[in-house]
Amino acid sequence: MNGSQVHPAGGDGKRRPAPSRFGAIVVGGGPAGLAATYTLAGAGVDVACLERGDWCGSKNMMGGLIFSQPTAKVFPNFWHEAPLERHVTRRDMWLATGDSAMKVSFESTDFGAEPYNSFTVYRSRFDKWLSRRAAEAGAWMIPETLVESLLWEDGRVVGVRTGRPGGDLEADVVIIAEGVNHFLAEAAGLAAGPPKAETMALAVKEVLALPRDRIEDRFDLDRGAGAAIEIIGETTGGLPGTGFIYTNRDTISVGVGVLLDSLVGSTREAYSLLDNFKQQPQVRRLIQGAGLREYSAHLIPEGGYRYMPRLFGDGVLVAGDAAGMVNAINSEGANLALLSGQMAAQTVLSCREEGRFDAAALGRYRTMLENSLVLKDLRKYSSATNFLSSHQHLFGLYPELLASLAREFLTVDNMSKADKERLLARLFRSQVPVRSLIKDFYQAWRDLK
Amino acid sequence: MRINSVVCIKQVPDTTQVRIDPDSGSLIRQGIPSVINPYDLYALEAALKVRDSHGGTITALSMGPPQADEALRKVLGYGIDRAVLLSDRAFAGADTLATTYTLSAAIRKIAGELIAAGGAGVDMVFCGKQSIDGDTGQVGPGLARRLDLSQVTYVCSLLEVAAETRTVRAWRQREDGRELLEARLPVAVTITEACNPIRYAALPDLLRAAKAPVEVWSAADLEVEPDRLGLKGSPTRVSKVFAPPARERGETLSGPDRPPNEIAAALFDKLAERGLTIGGSRG
Ligand SMILES: Cc1cc2nc3c(=O)[nH]c(=O)nc-3n(C[C@@H](O)[C@H](O)[C@H](O)COP(=O)(O)OP(=O)(O)OC[C@H]3O[C@@H](n4cnc5c(N)ncnc54)[C@H](O)[C@@H]3O)c2cc1C
Ligand SMILES: Cc1cc2nc3c(=O)[nH]c(=O)nc-3n(C[C@H](O)[C@H](O)[C@H](O)COP(=O)(O)OP(=O)(O)OC[C@H]3O[C@@H](n4cnc5c(N)ncnc54)[C@H](O)[C@@H]3O)c2cc1C
Repeated sequence: MNGSQVHPAGGDGKRRPAPSRFGAIVVGGGPAGLAATYTLAGAGVDVACLERGDWCGSKNMMGGLIFSQPTAKVFPNFWHEAPLERHVTRRDMWLATGDSAMKVSFESTDFGAEPYNSFTVYRSRFDKWLSRRAAEAGAWMIPETLVESLLWEDGRVVGVRTGRPGGDLEADVVIIAEGVNHFLAEAAGLAAGPPKAETMALAVKEVLALPRDRIEDRFDLDRGAGAAIEIIGETTGGLPGTGFIYTNRDTISVGVGVLLDSLVGSTREAYSLLDNFKQQPQVRRLIQGAGLREYSAHLIPEGGYRYMPRLFGDGVLVAGDAAGMVNAINSEGANLALLSGQMAAQTVLSCREEGRFDAAALGRYRTMLENSLVLKDLRKYSSATNFLSSHQHLFGLYPELLASLAREFLTVDNMSKADKERLLARLFRSQVPVRSLIKDFYQAWRDLK
Repeated sequence: MRINSVVCIKQVPDTTQVRIDPDSGSLIRQGIPSVINPYDLYALEAALKVRDSHGGTITALSMGPPQADEALRKVLGYGIDRAVLLSDRAFAGADTLATTYTLSAAIRKIAGELIAAGGAGVDMVFCGKQSIDGDTGQVGPGLARRLDLSQVTYVCSLLEVAAETRTVRAWRQREDGRELLEARLPVAVTITEACNPIRYAALPDLLRAAKAPVEVWSAADLEVEPDRLGLKGSPTRVSKVFAPPARERGETLSGPDRPPNEIAAALFDKLAERGLTIGGSRG
């Protein structure tokens, strides 16, 4: 080839025939699957990752934030190369009503320096980058391929079946990282059935275009820095859920997430909640003049610890959203997906030393997760979603109440301060009987502490 | 007889997502995802069919920026033998004259390598009927001219290779119908969407493609004269680019404030006004 080069981009550049049996097959090229694939390939294991989308990331979306330190555990110093939008230096929490908002803001300059705290990303680009890293590490990356079922032998999983001609693939172990709708985890006998509506949130999101410097002016940000805003209250029409606004480089993501169950039980449609949210005056000001680029919707498994499927079986492991690993209180999922994918890979590596992939051997995955923040955090908030759905009034009533108290307190009129305090106390008691206030706070403390 | 083919693949902006700058009239390409020119996949399928029945090799060839690697990588997944990307700053800005000059030099080199390996050179060159961005439809015929191939353009079905006589027979789409043509090998064909759509790739081919290299050739890898490449070698000047006037939208009769029977009646009246009804009258 006299002096011509070979493009390494799609692989490790080594022409190698596919083995007749892989060391591992990973189903799904999201953060969980790609962390597993990358870790295994890096350790020299023959691993294939099958993704149904045109490319990894093509079907994926989130708010959202990639948290830096957990991500760096799998992909050290990723911020030097990965396609990131902005490093987030400010996180705001608003309690909003139809016309007002009480805002708590935290901003820190440390968040603007290595190792950073979090980044906004487009998953379509970020996941694609992760998949390129996995390919460079030596994995067989197979896009546009849906895994339809598992292959079994003597009661253990020994591979996957795709819809393609010649589409069966065998492996010592299959890592299921298929995301929220865990059909295969169910087929593996690890999940009792499809995820239940009461454990799921539906998020709808728009990406709106606004020039880079206008974003920085409007959100009061240093060049390249970003803001993440979470909003409780009127934003979700009183349903349990939150609204969010994230700044990307030259777009803004706005969206709402609500518990599916409460949405089904109400007369509202998800898109009307988002329209409503965008009309809220303090929100509207931030997104004014920004043109629609994309619209998308995605489910989030928010059932938490109690609703997780079994995590391992004979020849099979489950990671990420497929395993219900989302911390709904802190909007974390991608980090838990990355970490659990890495641990699934580490489990496979240690089982390879013994040459055993039965449930007893793979069970160390669970122990590894128990000893990590993944299951520690999920366990800590195990009652959170229950609390939120049984306390729907918190999403309407308290923000409304706090806003009206703040308004009265801050409005300088002709009333004496003593009269004002009496008025506030009366206003407060008329809205919330003291007993139910104590009960709410006690339950919140018990379930969220 | 084994048939060696080259399939020309162009990576183009996904025109379903392209917008036109109202001031300059040019395409806004920034941020638009790239796709494989859709007709080129019909061309690839036609080439795969020929290989299915006659054996031989298929090489995919593309000239474009380094990112065009993605298009070739995808094409490798259909189980072809080789993928070559022509990428060099010197190739940029080419019109169809310079494009066919560069592609033909690469096809000559591919043929030379096939012969060196004991084969018979390149028998067939497959192109799409046209690109969805440049739209000229000149590249296929241009290659035929430069490489001294016979040609059949706008092939709409039946591409039959008779190995003994070294001929192909194909139906060609014309504005007023179809014609059946016979041409001698080596031949250049351009393929329309009336042919078979691309097959569903087999998993073993995708696995092989995941590890197969895309070879990248620069100007130095080809026997070419620098002055005939890229912008330098392109005499075509674009004098004006404009967006065609948007088609007028049809009239819409719709609810929900009008009941369906009223809408139907209004529609009937409009058709009657234009003399488009057959017999009968309303109501
Ligand atoms: C915005 C814009 C500006 C342009 N400006 C100029 C200009 O200033 N001057 C000028 O002369 N031309 C210009 N062109 C056209 C030029 O760049 C052509 O795109 C190119 O020469 C190929 O011609 P085509 O796209 O019409 O291909 P067609 O002849 O329509 O394509 C037919 C088939 O040829 C093959 N093919 C075409 N191109 C390639 C390729 N690069 N690699 C491999 N196979 C290929 C494919 O199989 C394709 O289906 C411009 C095009 C655009 C979209
Ligand atoms: C609106 C929104 C905001 C969020 N915000 C945040 C945030 O700020 N921070 C955070 O950390 N997390 C956030 N999350 C959660 C986070 O996106 C998920 O937890 C994370 O993507 C889970 O990764 P995963 O790899 O397990 O699943 P996914 O990312 O869903 O990936 C699964 C992949 O598997 C593929 N697949 C599925 N089935 C098959 C099959 N049968 N065959 C082949 N491929 C298959 C899919 O196409 C997909 O690519 C948010 C989620 C949403 C929806």
